Amino acid sequence: MELIFSTLINGLSLGGIYAMIALGYTMVYGIAKLLNFAHGDIIMVGGYLIYVFMATNNPLLAIFMAVIGCVILGICVEKIAYKPLRGASPLAVLITAIGVSNLLQSLAQIIFGSAPKMATVYDFGIVKLFGATIQISSLVTLVVAFAVMTALTLFVKFTRLGRAMIAVSEDRSAAQLMGINVNSIITVTFAIGSALAALAGLFYLLKAPSISSTLGAMPGIKAFTAAVIGGIGSIPGAMLGGILLGMIESISYKITAIAPYTDAIEFSILILILLVRPTGFLGKKRREKV
Amino acid sequence: MNLNVKKQRHYINCIVIALVTLVLGILSLTGVRFDNSLLFLLEKVAISIILAVSLSLVVGFLGELSLGHAGFMCVGAYLGGKVASLLVPAMGNGLAAFLISLAVGCAAAAVCGVIIGIPALRLRGDYLAIVTLAFGEIVKSLFQNSSDESFGGSLGLETPRYNKAYLFIIAFVLVLVTLAVIQNLIRSKHGRAITAIRDNEIAARASGINVTKYKLLAFILSAAFAGMAGVLYSYSNYTVQSTKFSYNYSIEILVMVVLGGMGSINGSIIAAALITYLNTKLATVLTGDLAVLQNLLYALILILIIIYNNAPALKGFRDKYNLGVLADKVIKKRLDPSHVQDDQAKWDVVPTKISMDEILSVDLTPQNFGPDQKGGDK
Amino acid sequence: MAEYILETKDLGISFGGLKAAQNVNLKIKKNQIYGLIGPNGAGKTTIFNLLTCVYKPTTGTFFLDGEEIKRMSPDKINLKGIARTFQNIRLFNNMTVVRNVMVGLSNRPEYKCTILESALRLPRHFKVEREMREKAKELLRIFDLEQERNALACNLPYGKQRKLEIARALATNPKILLLDEPAAGMNPHETEDLAKTIRFIRDHFDMTVLLIEHDMNFVSDLCDEITVLNFGTVLAEGHTRTVLQDPEVIKAYIGG
Repeated sequence: MELIFSTLINGLSLGGIYAMIALGYTMVYGIAKLLNFAHGDIIMVGGYLIYVFMATNNPLLAIFMAVIGCVILGICVEKIAYKPLRGASPLAVLITAIGVSNLLQSLAQIIFGSAPKMATVYDFGIVKLFGATIQISSLVTLVVAFAVMTALTLFVKFTRLGRAMIAVSEDRSAAQLMGINVNSIITVTFAIGSALAALAGLFYLLKAPSISSTLGAMPGIKAFTAAVIGGIGSIPGAMLGGILLGMIESISYKITAIAPYTDAIEFSILILILLVRPTGFLGKKRREKV
Repeated sequence: MNLNVKKQRHYINCIVIALVTLVLGILSLTGVRFDNSLLFLLEKVAISIILAVSLSLVVGFLGELSLGHAGFMCVGAYLGGKVASLLVPAMGNGLAAFLISLAVGCAAAAVCGVIIGIPALRLRGDYLAIVTLAFGEIVKSLFQNSSDESFGGSLGLETPRYNKAYLFIIAFVLVLVTLAVIQNLIRSKHGRAITAIRDNEIAARASGINVTKYKLLAFILSAAFAGMAGVLYSYSNYTVQSTKFSYNYSIEILVMVVLGGMGSINGSIIAAALITYLNTKLATVLTGDLAVLQNLLYALILILIIIYNNAPALKGFRDKYNLGVLADKVIKKRLDPSHVQDDQAKWDVVPTKISMDEILSVDLTPQNFGPDQKGGDK
Repeated sequence: MAEYILETKDLGISFGGLKAAQNVNLKIKKNQIYGLIGPNGAGKTTIFNLLTCVYKPTTGTFFLDGEEIKRMSPDKINLKGIARTFQNIRLFNNMTVVRNVMVGLSNRPEYKCTILESALRLPRHFKVEREMREKAKELLRIFDLEQERNALACNLPYGKQRKLEIARALATNPKILLLDEPAAGMNPHETEDLAKTIRFIRDHFDMTVLLIEHDMNFVSDLCDEITVLNFGTVLAEGHTRTVLQDPEVIKAYIGG
């Protein structure tokens, strides 16, 4: 019982983090039609920014600066690397995104060295719930992640800007004809995605206070997996996929026999889902016109 | 007439590599001792060329992004290496043991090519890229967690030591085999079918091209040659470590293909040799934390080359200043202006018409399941 | 030899609730040039997509030369003998003109050459390549494209791209050729030229042509019979002149 409960809480909090990263992927994919491979590395940059600003000993300031820093970085990456390639082949854009990802990782390694840095943002301690020992930080992560996702859903549904984003993702040229400034919508999307990534960086630091240049690589790929499982382009899909993946991962870690194969299991699930349902659970079918 | 000139130029890479191999081979057989580090570099160059040329088949000619090429190589290295370590005590460290290991490594990788080729039939672009990436990670993880007796687990698999003085000759013979097979295929009706799928899959189908067959063919061949490179690696390196075949290594191979110009075999060869050479040289100069400068360099090269070659805004600039072998072949082959004499002035403008047929046909198709739309009409 | 080279029986498809085509009965005789006309959204291209197995019909079926075509992939139907062009031109843009046609030729039995024969460069490969190139040049000559054979397809002017697409379709040696708005974007001179070429193909290759077109002069000049579609259903059919004077057809076009 305790085991089930702690696995559930861990799974949900990890799932919350994946969902937040997956949201960044899915929104950028939906609106800019590109797979932002560097998205995972924004998490890492967020982590390092928190590490740097924790020198002030003010966690809130550090978090704020990390979010701002990541937003600026996300926008710059879009303007410098992706914007010139708008209208080029998707392959070219994808390769550039991979390049940006590697660039960010190597820059971080040059600046901060290859040894991991320690950054304890805040120690929440532990709590006993239903007999299980739970990290309070997991609960905080869970609550914040769900609050952010709710806010985002409401933002997209009920604000002018949010609806403009949906319009651009449905049909970019039609949205443009309706007077929507597609460039600024893409910028806003990158900004939101990067802010979410910065928060994900924070949550990773809460989980384990160590940070290295590859912090974001694996979570990034897994979150993309989550976005694909949920159906890329779909906001509820990203949440569903994220939580599903988080649960799978936390359950798999608990079973000794398969624990080392956790990554392999998650990726196999991705391949299987894509084979059975190429559009993910909540993704929309889009067909090439003939 | 025109044709013959082209044909000679096509195989110049084989001729050059064959000559170099021949000269070095004769020198080595007549007793000239090469420096071990040079021999090692030559082997590495050969491995890189095989990897780059085989990846180029999928990325440059089929037009699908594979981020798991190191995974295929990993399968070849482990299985080939394992077979070799079993065979060598029994039949000696000769060519026979090597060839059997090679066959096993290639076959195992080819089987993986089928496994990845099947999703490739339904998925495209970004989705397929992520599947290949996932494949690479799965393979790596499986070998990493293998038991010590089977594949050495996290310690790695020890493989036989082949005579260093000859291994590079075998390596370059394998490069020649790779080049001959892939180039022959590309410059045949089958290669045209593969490039046709890249350019327009729907039109290729409508022209009677069996897309399933050719996609699988490209993936299987590409994987088999990557497996070959893997076996060669296991012989060249004495030990096979799963960490070597990370996602970053797949990216490094991709950089070679992109730098060489997608769709250009010669470009891939030159880029593979250049990057491998630089890697070795830089590894001695950049030590410790500086080693990462190398990755930084590749990342920058990748971004700049792609933007230069693909940015719509730079088209005019590209037409003026051609990067030659390093530029995209696609861009290089400009139409000779003398060909278009009867340019029909204003009538060439594509009429823009929104037709209900197009809007209607966006919906359901039994074929072309891809969740993503390929580049479409460029 | 069936009476009709292509015959559809109650062919129809619906997308969700929308009936894009229903109860379409076409009867096309061998050697005819048959027109399929109708206002935008009438379902003309949908019919083409059904005939080339891009879509699976919800109702009805069709017969090619007497043989019923069941569910089949687009490449198989091409081998059976239906070749098409596309409304929005789909060429292999980064390949040369001659190679575009050679792709079309590659499935003909006379140019059979296995992957192994090509990879090992056996004599058969060279023979087949040489013959294909000659055949492709011959086809390009018909469309007056021989000069541009080594140009990239994407660099051709629009009218020539349309012609190249027809040449490629013809290269697959079909029993019937489906042309989706072959004259779209052409100037009057080119259109006239195209009509001549299509007639030449019909006579020279003993070909049947089914075409979609909006240019009424082109249609009345070229087509033996036509079918008019409106909202997915057949509005009128028969001899071109008679149908085009039908008040219902005129109403559908001018709007009513």
